[in-house]
Amino acid sequence: MSAALFIAQRFTAFVLACAVAVHLATILYAVRGGLTAADILSRTHGNIGFAVFYGVFVVAVAIHAPIGLRNILREWTPWRGATLDIALGLFSILLLVLGFRAVLAVFTA
Amino acid sequence: MSISRMLDVDVWRGTETGKFQLFSIPRREHQTVLDVVTEIQRDHDATLSYRFACRVGMCGSCAMVVNGRPRWTCRARVNEVVRDGERLRLEPLRNFTVVKDLAVEMTQFFEKWQQARGYFEPGPQPGNDFAVVPPSTPERQAADAGIECINCGVCYSACDVVAWDKDYLGPAALNRAWTLANDVRDKGNAERLKAVSHASGCHACHTHMSCTQFCPKAIAPTYSIAGLKRAVLRRNLGFTR
Repeated sequence: MSAALFIAQRFTAFVLACAVAVHLATILYAVRGGLTAADILSRTHGNIGFAVFYGVFVVAVAIHAPIGLRNILREWTPWRGATLDIALGLFSILLLVLGFRAVLAVFTA
Repeated sequence: MSISRMLDVDVWRGTETGKFQLFSIPRREHQTVLDVVTEIQRDHDATLSYRFACRVGMCGSCAMVVNGRPRWTCRARVNEVVRDGERLRLEPLRNFTVVKDLAVEMTQFFEKWQQARGYFEPGPQPGNDFAVVPPSTPERQAADAGIECINCGVCYSACDVVAWDKDYLGPAALNRAWTLANDVRDKGNAERLKAVSHASGCHACHTHMSCTQFCPKAIAPTYSIAGLKRAVLRRNLGFTR
């Protein structure tokens, strides 16, 4: 792993550590009295704070996960070089698309 | 406690392929594993190949895998390694090409020291006088912590990352680079930090700490590698020495 990838992975790990803690704490707090999908969507609809928070979450995941997966593939398989980097670049884009699709869906629902 | 009169020893014979050969040799009080290997070669099979020089824990050339653990055979007493009635199992160091039996080829190991720029760079204009480096400075203390390495290869044999990635520079080369990164006289640190931060450099370390666990000199290459990661991060963020 190069220095740039190492720094990107560690920085996004820091972001995710905070984001996941907020995410889980919010879930535990929000559902303590029971919660329906309609209740959730009524709170997230048009909520810019929610969209920005989960937008950052998605970007961090899209950077962090492919770097980790690349390390695992490099260590456990003979796959190296440009094809590996392209494949994981596409995986990163897939995570971005799926993630932002979900954020947009609950923001506009 | 009585000691069995004979010791059964499984010794690796061959190169990358081969098999274990059983020898039975007299058990002696205070005998080292190196004594056992030497006795096998002198009294049982003169074709057995192994390497040693000083016999007293200074040169590091007698390192082997003893009952699954890499160590210096000259500093390993048999009664510390096997209990009464157990077998001794001797193999060449892991992660090296086997030349024959217990002797390994160490060229790649030393080439990686060069790749990590594990040598002093005086710069174009070395100082005319002795450099004064106070022992109490953090740089000197960090260098001291790793400076006693004698290139025995035990850490390299213990490292799982080397087993996975043949290009990984390894604990010894990175430890050496870290001692030089802390040498205030050295002028080659920018190039050195580049050399150790490629795909198979310091960032590939998983912090398993096997190198630190098995180093016969009680050096902690894991901490040296962590130091290199911090140094590379600082340099990439624009903080340079």
